[in-house]
Formats: sequence, structure tokens, C-alpha cells
Amino acid sequence: MLQLQPNTLELSSKVSLDTPLDQVLARAKSENRAALIAYIPAGFPSHEGCKKVIAAFAAGGVDAIEIGFPYSDPVMDGPTIQAAAVQSLSQGTGAKEVFESLKCATDLGVAAVVMTYWNPIERYGVEKFAESIAANGGSGVITPDLTVEESREWIKATDHSKINRIYVVAPSTSDARLPKVTGSCGGFIYAASLMGVTGTRSSVSSSAADLVARIRRSSDTPVSVGLGVSTREHAKSVAAYADGVIVGSAFINVLLEAPDEESGLRAVKELAEQLAMGVREGR
Amino acid sequence: MTTQEEKIIGHFGPYGGRFVPEALIGALEELEQAHIAAASDPAFAAELDHLHRTYTGRPSILTEAPRFAEYAGGARILLKREDLNHTGSHKINNVLGQALLTKRMGKKRIIAETGAGQHGVASATVAALMGLECVVYMGEEDTKRQALNVARMKLLGATVVPVTSGSRTLKDAINEAMRDWVTNVETTHYLLGTVAGPHPFPTMVRDFHRIIGVEARAQVLELTGKLPDAVLACVGGGSNAIGIFHPFIDDVSVQLIGLEAGGDGVSTGRHAATISGGTPGVLHGTRSYVLQDENGQTVESHSISAGLDYPGVGPEHAFLHDIGRAQYRAITDAEAMEAFALLCKTEGIIPAIETAHALAGAMQVGREMGPSATLLLNLSGRGDKDVATAAQYFGIEL
Repeated sequence: MLQLQPNTLELSSKVSLDTPLDQVLARAKSENRAALIAYIPAGFPSHEGCKKVIAAFAAGGVDAIEIGFPYSDPVMDGPTIQAAAVQSLSQGTGAKEVFESLKCATDLGVAAVVMTYWNPIERYGVEKFAESIAANGGSGVITPDLTVEESREWIKATDHSKINRIYVVAPSTSDARLPKVTGSCGGFIYAASLMGVTGTRSSVSSSAADLVARIRRSSDTPVSVGLGVSTREHAKSVAAYADGVIVGSAFINVLLEAPDEESGLRAVKELAEQLAMGVREGR
Repeated sequence: MTTQEEKIIGHFGPYGGRFVPEALIGALEELEQAHIAAASDPAFAAELDHLHRTYTGRPSILTEAPRFAEYAGGARILLKREDLNHTGSHKINNVLGQALLTKRMGKKRIIAETGAGQHGVASATVAALMGLECVVYMGEEDTKRQALNVARMKLLGATVVPVTSGSRTLKDAINEAMRDWVTNVETTHYLLGTVAGPHPFPTMVRDFHRIIGVEARAQVLELTGKLPDAVLACVGGGSNAIGIFHPFIDDVSVQLIGLEAGGDGVSTGRHAATISGGTPGVLHGTRSYVLQDENGQTVESHSISAGLDYPGVGPEHAFLHDIGRAQYRAITDAEAMEAFALLCKTEGIIPAIETAHALAGAMQVGREMGPSATLLLNLSGRGDKDVATAAQYFGIEL
């Protein structure tokens, strides 16, 4: 597998695709700013509540939405997203709810992707999963625990359904390995800002800028930075060097801490507005 | 390039591989290189062999169990006594090997997961021996079931972290250990305790446990003049089983039989018999059989034995099952406890409840194969840690 040169692979997927995600990142670039990408797990705080959060994202100026597929064993996630996943799963969230949430976002005209650990995809059927993403207007899938070496079937399925494959790279990813992973990415490359799990932190790790610079040496695919980004100031600092800014746990915290759903949704919209300003202030 | 890549990927047919965050790839590659280098380094083999002879107590002996055999159709039953190893189970074989690799990689901190506490105790022991910092993740539920082993680990200088996420058992302890590893991978080695997880763990851990089968094969040949008719072992993650099976894989006349934890019975859904009652999927970095629902969510496992209470299984077992080289059967809690009591009273050996599943399997297989058969059974651990559970089960007041 992966006999192709990384560059060839990259070209083959990039030339043929023009997903809403590709378009929104191109638009942000033309406006000389970073895109704001917001994460919410399907079924959180409830199935209907998730749809309201998606609407609040859209109203708050979010450029693209990641719908999380809650999973029983989320090894890349810290306590906040774990808690959200537990709450969502206890309400019976599954593939059906994930695709409904995805459709909810794309119906609002917002570019949207699904973020999921690999096993739910394999269980659903790899080809069928990619087809369902496309059928619901989704642009692609972020797969945090799928390595390029295990991606043969996934590459075929995503090429067939014309959706973006988004892999996560880390500060520990070597220069030798980076092009192999980024060469298979479309939409954007997900750069983990630090060595660790998801969750809010007081500042964005300095390793993020280094990683983005290393990625750019071998790839011209847009790069979005996630992990530990939670405030307007963070967004501003990341937007200085990245094409996209990803925020997840901060939104979930806002919802977990709100006394009721209405104020939670209001706080989500306010945070989105703050972050949307941040991504426009970085350059 | 292609051959090297295939080797690195570490598959057993469709099983195995690496399904992990990119952050861990560098560490897994480093570990794989260290393992490959050590495997061809006579100095490493000599150091490990010395430790096994002077610390573990290897070779472990073979004990014939004639009084127990009366309840197993009269078949000849030979017990490979891994329970007599230092720390009381086979787990020390893997832990010593990985700890030596940790030192070779220049890392000073190890983390480990544990269910019953056997692997945690073994890890804490070796960390003390080699001056490494040791943090053990253990499901909160298991810290209560296995309080004695928690105390042991603390006495040995390890930090025990009770895990309160998910089902609060072994699978969640592995999740938490992986989160620690993702964060601290530069300084830390994840000393995984079974033949599961991402490549190279299934291969490397197997290699460190092969000594069980290598010794036992020679011991059986010396004692009986022929190979055994069947080799039996309990299977949770599957490390003791693969250790004793592996040197017999090419001996096609030898049946390999793994005994899984059937809990209340596979049909009840309350079990940990992953191959008997699960489906192929990906869990904890490897593709194998998994207990999962229709959405790919891991289903909680159930077993009286904390060490077998895991909803996954090593990928090589999945492969051996699919190609028909090994067979896997489920043993219920009740069957295991009957065999547990029987071995105590017929042979004066208190086995681990994990191991009791293999003993119950021997009672079945012995009756099927008859008195002319010779069964080799891996007595993987001793039952000291299980005395409270067994006393409660049999209504003995403490």
C-alpha cells in the first residue's frame, strides 16, 4: 500500500475535490484570515440540543463544524470531551444521530465534517460511512486514531465518495513521516498543538507554530490547529500562522457550566463571536 | 521499503496493526527498533536469562496432577508452574524484558495498566529492581476487588491511580494509560501487560512469554518422550496463552485450546469471551475480536476474574482462531470456581481464578480425549490474591 509518492497522492485528491470545506478555507485565505472550526459531539447536550448548538455556531460566525461521533474509549480526549461523550452515549447516540447532526449543519449552509475514532466507521461499513457523509452534505472525516498505514480501504472509500480525509499530526511526527501523512490529507491538515489530549489550557503551546512551519515545508494543504485553544486571544495567536483554528472543549465547558440550556446556547454564540473576532485579528 | 513497511505494520492476517494517535507513532517505532535490536543482541539475551535464573526463578517446573486428572477423564495432566515465578504469575516474563528495553531507550518512567493487579505488581516490582519511576493505572472497581495487590504495589514504591472513567475496569485503565503516554511519551515507556495494543506490543510481549512454551515443550518431551496432545491456557488479553502456544504452532498434532471467561454464560451477554462471543473490530490500537454493539461502542465485559475481564483479545489469537489452528471455548464463572476448588483439594495448589478457567477446560477436554491423552496446561498464576473472592464465593467466613 501507499506505493505512490506522497505528492502524487496529494495531487490526486486535491485536484479532484472541491468540498464546502475546501471552499470555506479558500475563502478565509482570500480574506487574509484564519477559519474558525468548532466541535460538538452528536447527542450533546442532547440530540435536539446539539442541533441548537449547531445553529448557535452558525449564528456566531463559525466557518466549519466538526460533529463528534461519541465513542466509548476516546484515548485522545481529556475529561471534558469524555464527559460529553458519556452524556451523549447514555442517551443512545449512534451513527443515525451523527448523520442527522451533520445534515443539520450542512442544511444551514455551514461546511461540516465528522470527527470519529476508527472503530465506529469500521462497524458501520467503511464504504457506506463515506457515502453517508457525502449524502448528508458532509465535506469529510477527521480520524484521530487512523494511521496512513491502515488507510487502504478508507482512501478508496473517501476517493469514491469525494470527501476529505483529515489526519491529525503531532509535534512528535518526524520530518521524514510528515509528508506521508499530510500528503493523504484533504480539506485541512489537523495539527495537534501539543503532546497530549483534548482540553482547555491557559495558553497555546509554542510547539504548534513549529509544527505548522514544518508541515508547510512539504505541503500546501491548509493547516488547522487544535488542542488547547479556547479564547479570543488564543485564536488570535494561532491565526497568525495557521489557516484554521479548532475549538472544542471550550464550547463543551460553556454548556456544562450553564445553569440552563438557553443560557448555555447564548454563551456558545457569544464565545463563537469572540473567537470569530480572534481569527480575524491574527495577521 | 515495501517489505520493511509490511514488517513494521505488524499484522496477523487481517488483525493487528496500529490504530493510534499520530503522537504515538514515533514512540512505537522507537520501541520496535529497540525490540529488534535486542532480539539479535546476545548481551540482551544473556542479561534477561540471568535475571530469569536469579530473580524470576526460571525455569519454572512441570508438575503432574494425577489426583486432579481423575476428574478430567483420566487424561495425563501436566501443569507448567508459572505460579511459582517471583510475583506469582507469568507476567514477570514480559515485564523484565520490557524494563530492560526501557533502560536501553534511556527512559526513566514506566506506566502500566492492571486489572487483577498481577501486571501492576510485576511492573512495580521490576521498577523497584531497576530504579524506574512507576505509575499504575487501575480501574476504581478493580482497586476494590483487588485491594491486596494495590497495597503490594504501594509497598513496592509505585503510584497507583484509580481510574474513574467509563466502566472503571481494565479497559478504562488502558485508556488512561494511553492518555498519559500521549502526554509524556518522551520520558515514559508504556509497559503494556498483554499481547494486545498497537504493533509492536502483540509481537514483543509474545516473544518475552515464549520462554514458557519453549521450556514446557522440552520438559514434556523429556518426561513423556512425546509431544502433548493438547496445550491449554486461559485467555483474557491472551499473553500466557500465546506464550505457551507459540512454540507448538508448527507441531500440527498438538491441539491449542484457549479458555475464555464465559461469566454467566455467553448467551446471557454477561461475559468476557471475546472470541467466542465478539466480532472483529478495533480497540486499544489493534484490530482483533471485540465485544461491541451495533455502533462500534465497546460493551462492558463481565467475569469473576478481574484479569480476564477485558472486552478485547490479542490479534494473534484472533488469527489463530480464524485459520483454525487454535480453538477457543468459554468457561463460566461457576465452572471455573468448581475447578478452582478441585485443584486446591486434589493437588494442594491454589490457582489464580484466571487460571481456573484453563483447569475447567482441562476437565472438559480430558473427558473428551480420554485417558490416553496428555494435556499440558499453563498454570499461569497463583491464587493468593483471590482468597477473599473465593472465600466469599464458597461462603467461608474471613
